[in-house]
Amino acid sequence: MAKTEKTLAPLVHIVKRDPGSVTWKYRLLVRAIAVLAALLLSGILITLLTKKNPLAVYGSMVSGVFGSPRRIWNMLQGVAMLLCVSLAVTPAFKMKFWNIGAEGQVLISGLACVATMMFLGSALPTGLLILVMVAVSILAGTIWAVLPAIFKAYWNTNETLFTLMMNYVATQLVDYFLKVFVKDGSGVLTPMPQFGLPVIGNQAYLLNVLIVAVVTVLAYIYLKYSKQGYEISVVGESENTARYIGINVKKVIIRTMLLSGAICGLAGLLLVGGTNHTISTTTAGGRGFTAIMVSWLGKFDPLYMVLTSFLLVFLDQGAQQVSTDFRISSSISDIVIGIILLFIIGCEFFLQYRVVTRKNRKENV
Amino acid sequence: MAKPIALECRGITKTFGRVVANKNCDLEVYHGEILAILGENGSGKTTLMNMVAGIYFPDEGRIFINGEEVTIASPKDAFAYKIGMIHQHFKLVDLFSATENIILGLEEQKKYNLKVAEEKVDEICHKYGFEIDPRKKIYNMSVSEKQTVEIIKVLYRGADILILDEPTAVLTPQETQKLFAVLRRMRDDGKCIIIITHKLHEVLSLSGRVTVLRKGEYIGTVNTAETTESQLTEMMVGKKITLNIDRAEPQNVTDRLEVQHISSVDALGNTVLDDISFTARSGEILGIAGIAGSGQREMLEAIAGLHHLTGGDIYYHNPKTGQIDDLRNKTPIQIRDLGVRLSFVPEDRLGMGLVGNMDIVDNMMLRSYRKGRGMFLHRREPKDLAEHIIHDLQVVTPGASTPVRHLSGGNVQKVLVGREIAASPTVLMAAYPVRGLDVNASYTIYNLLNQQKERGTAVIFVGEDLDVLLELCDRIMVINGGRIAGIVDGRTARKDEIGLLMTKSQEKEDALHGEN
Repeated sequence: MAKTEKTLAPLVHIVKRDPGSVTWKYRLLVRAIAVLAALLLSGILITLLTKKNPLAVYGSMVSGVFGSPRRIWNMLQGVAMLLCVSLAVTPAFKMKFWNIGAEGQVLISGLACVATMMFLGSALPTGLLILVMVAVSILAGTIWAVLPAIFKAYWNTNETLFTLMMNYVATQLVDYFLKVFVKDGSGVLTPMPQFGLPVIGNQAYLLNVLIVAVVTVLAYIYLKYSKQGYEISVVGESENTARYIGINVKKVIIRTMLLSGAICGLAGLLLVGGTNHTISTTTAGGRGFTAIMVSWLGKFDPLYMVLTSFLLVFLDQGAQQVSTDFRISSSISDIVIGIILLFIIGCEFFLQYRVVTRKNRKENV
Repeated sequence: MAKPIALECRGITKTFGRVVANKNCDLEVYHGEILAILGENGSGKTTLMNMVAGIYFPDEGRIFINGEEVTIASPKDAFAYKIGMIHQHFKLVDLFSATENIILGLEEQKKYNLKVAEEKVDEICHKYGFEIDPRKKIYNMSVSEKQTVEIIKVLYRGADILILDEPTAVLTPQETQKLFAVLRRMRDDGKCIIIITHKLHEVLSLSGRVTVLRKGEYIGTVNTAETTESQLTEMMVGKKITLNIDRAEPQNVTDRLEVQHISSVDALGNTVLDDISFTARSGEILGIAGIAGSGQREMLEAIAGLHHLTGGDIYYHNPKTGQIDDLRNKTPIQIRDLGVRLSFVPEDRLGMGLVGNMDIVDNMMLRSYRKGRGMFLHRREPKDLAEHIIHDLQVVTPGASTPVRHLSGGNVQKVLVGREIAASPTVLMAAYPVRGLDVNASYTIYNLLNQQKERGTAVIFVGEDLDVLLELCDRIMVINGGRIAGIVDGRTARKDEIGLLMTKSQEKEDALHGEN
């Protein structure tokens, strides 16, 4: 027949992996390589751009997170707060309800909390004050979350736009509050630690960390073992299936967003009542959006999300240290964070697909 | 025969991950010939042809066109070699006319001229006997017309080698005959036609030769004139099997579900169900025949409490209490709370009946997760049920904790039907339960339906293969445009009679009613 091999395969092509064939060892290996490659590439960039020793830069990053007990506590607080907001958005995301309004939900509950402290702080006994703070914070968060849910359930409005716009409303309300009630006109509210949540074990952040740890475990159990968690998964996977087995989809959407908003309310309470004792428009600190990444990276599993929120907090806090230590622009740190995240997310591709080159292919044959 | 060879494949192999779709497949087709590629679902027929059409690229093997070795790396390459494939799922733009769809994507140097194109389409229609208005919009077309547009599309591009993937799956017997006549005319014109199918009678009536694939492997090629149905089946399945469905005489027949004058409209206000009345009886299989989209789905969903009715009633005769309950516009939960043991195998298995990303155990719970006290799930029983079904129905799966979307179509269906039957229903509704299943799995499902009938369940079976409906059902109700076109006896009815009921237009029917 034909003398020469005329049939040429495409240079590379992509083959889907059999999901069962990927072992955990391989997963670990791919991810480790991704992190190393990211560090290597960032190192080269750092050397080229700043002429600093990349190893020293990475060292400063680690020391920025673990260098002293204070830094470790800062890290724990950061992880706890980010994780708390991430736990809030996760049930909604599992239901494929794209709640990007956690920022506003946290902020509005912080506002409710700070208003309680300001106006009722001296009027109520401590125990009662704390109860009221908890109640109003959680209530504010749920109201902010349930409004888009009701509109989605009954009129099928777009929840992404709705929750996003609620963020601006919350920010403006906080701004308005500060303009009206800060008497000196500076717009900065003096902290009121005397009306804050109790401090336990002499550690300002310990209460926050413990509460979030408990919420994490509860969220894990709720999503995995409760009937309501099961309903959330079914609604998220297919509304048709949910209808078919008689789940009231409207009810599940509203109930889940009540829960989501309540946890955001808790985050607002811990941030304002337990940490800052004051409020500004940046109190939520972008956590409402970072939480989306934590939740997705953690595959909506609260236990994995502990790791992913640690990763993000580590990168952020470490990068700040690098900026201080080397007096380099924080943009460099942002670049490094970007590269590391890109590699970590990008390596998922190699866990799901295999790249076969033309040469490789012949060897297989 | 001195006919020139048009297409030749040698040693084609293609794998997807661990799955071997084609292994060392050979094929040759001549000009002026109709070749049937026969095989069960999943035997690699479509994959093999997709490689010829440039959709996939083979891992190994060579393809020759008119004796010359070629590389087909894209559908564009395939067109350059005058190969055209008509896929099972049409790829047409609904808002465009027939001609606009036909010339879509052509890279012609000349100015865009719809008139010239329409004339050319007319010419092709005339030559081969297609009946189509080149200016008709796709959304106004029947399935058969859409298919015609797809065929003209490849002819317009000058295809000499036409590949049709399961072209009759969506057609009525009459439309099938029309299509076959056109295909024969094209064959006589010297075109090379490859038709992918798993229906034996079509192979025998249309093709000159048959190539059989089984589990991705090339089994052999035989001349149609020298073969028999049973030889082909044996080649296809790998062993001698008797393809007979045992139809027992119905026992203890009593009315179970009485549907009276139900009607409904869709979101746009179009009539979907129009005054449908029938009775499903225990110990009997009631078949529902009709062109896809004639209201079958809405009818079953209305009974299951998922489709809102504007009129009519659905009465359930409870065998335990003797009570008669109206199920009209009740929710699935209300229906269950009335003590109605209604099981429903919906058409959309992974989109409605099951959750693809959940494992078998969690899918077993879908119907029953509310059971048991407290706010937590009880996975013990569903797990036992999953193990039980995997064992009894021979579900091929690594285990009960495998997500169902990783299973093959037949195994997915066994899981779904197994779960629905496990609830020991008094009414069992199944919509296209064997669609996409291989012969063995199909007969497993038919057996399960028959067992249900024998234990006194009222079975409602919506099917598309008229031969099966005629073999399996005690009565067959034909539904046409949301109306009942007739209810016939499954033992005495003829296929063409049902085909006629499926297609005859409403006006004629009204006239008939007038005469009566």
